[in-house]
Amino acid sequence: MTASYVTRMLRPALLTILGFTVVLVAGCTQPDPALTRGAPFDPYEAENRRMHAFNRSIDRAVLRPAGTGYSKAIPDDIETVIGNFSNNLSLPAAIANSILQGNGKAATEDFYRFLVNTTIGLGGLFDTATDLNMPAENGADFGQTLYVWGVNEGPYLELPLMGPATTRDAVGKAVDIFTNPLSYVVGTPETYYGTAAAVSSRLSARGRYSDAIDSVLYDSADSYAASRSLYLQNRRFKVGKDGSDNYLDPYDTGSASPSDPYGDPYAE
Amino acid sequence: MPNDTSRRTALKTGFAAALIAALPATGAVALTEARAKALVNQVVGDINRVIASGKPLSSMIRDFETIFRKYADVNIIARSTLGADSRRASAAQMRAYTDAFRGYVARKYGKRFNEFAGGKIEVKGVREVKSWHEVTSTVYLRGEAPFEVRFLVSDRSGKDLFFDMVIEGISLRLSERTEIGSMLDRRKGNIDALIADLKTAG
Repeated sequence: MTASYVTRMLRPALLTILGFTVVLVAGCTQPDPALTRGAPFDPYEAENRRMHAFNRSIDRAVLRPAGTGYSKAIPDDIETVIGNFSNNLSLPAAIANSILQGNGKAATEDFYRFLVNTTIGLGGLFDTATDLNMPAENGADFGQTLYVWGVNEGPYLELPLMGPATTRDAVGKAVDIFTNPLSYVVGTPETYYGTAAAVSSRLSARGRYSDAIDSVLYDSADSYAASRSLYLQNRRFKVGKDGSDNYLDPYDTGSASPSDPYGDPYAE
Repeated sequence: MPNDTSRRTALKTGFAAALIAALPATGAVALTEARAKALVNQVVGDINRVIASGKPLSSMIRDFETIFRKYADVNIIARSTLGADSRRASAAQMRAYTDAFRGYVARKYGKRFNEFAGGKIEVKGVREVKSWHEVTSTVYLRGEAPFEVRFLVSDRSGKDLFFDMVIEGISLRLSERTEIGSMLDRRKGNIDALIADLKTAG
């Protein structure tokens, strides 16, 4: 029984690796099925729903109480400092990805942000760059790089503990974890500070956005469908921010497609 | 030479005529852009006043419902969240659904207003997209990176009203379409049961 449970839990991870191969080999020239169909592209819905139930139980039992407790126990200013520190450490990877995307502007902006916050901001504890009105953080990741390289979004996935992703972004997340440039520069004990800060800032966010996250996970009629919809909309926005229109023109297809966020509701 | 002159005159007249023909068109677009921005400025002004008022939550929810009723095309938003099912709803069901939906949205989003305490919204720009106008604004909250909210404004209802709010790519209308779809599924497609649920939801 345990064995089959583990297999069930691992299946999406295996699918991710499989999906990686599939998107890379087959993906580049075909139209992205996730963007041309009305419904979300979710062929693994049954597995994903099981993973969602698992994630929700973890959230209820561990993350939510820990996040709320953490947020209550730690003063707001300290939470902000830890968040800044963790965020600053994520910049080198973002800069590397901006370079991979050929986005010199984003790479330069994030480089100066990292420089200012690491020096004047005392090792990233303070977000001096924002106080100085420097350009907003671009925060590229490898999932976005894959998008720029023309890899399709692929099927929707719900990952253990990490939650919603598309196949492309699941691959991106895996690559981001193993290729963080910082881990090659910083010694072993110090890398744990970064990990600890990342975990803390995740807990802090769970506590801080408690109402928002609760409303999706516990107040929705179908929390799986709600998180899928919110994730996909937000992720497509982030990934294509500087690109042109991601969406189909509803007038090209003859009717407002439900997958097109900006379909004219008056046209229906 | 007279030929030249007349050609030049003809060219000039033609150019002037083209200019005049073009004027009302560009004039109308500029007006609509200005009107779209003016509408969102009013919405944002009202929202900022509610945030700054520091009133208790129940009265903030009421204020939010007033804003929603005044500036949003609730009819089209409600119809659009019901999706294809709106075609099989009777006129009376549509009216009851729209009313229930308005209250539901006010409660669901109004009760989040306390998260905006100390924050403000600024209107940044406007552009024409397909058949409507998209007004971009930035939300500044204490201790957080600013984020973008877009209001989609149309006059196709006969009045200038917004028919969607898009926060960092997340559309209120589309997200609620998913949610209403799930609620309807839970009731096996029974619209009356959905309306009854909506009256207490949010």
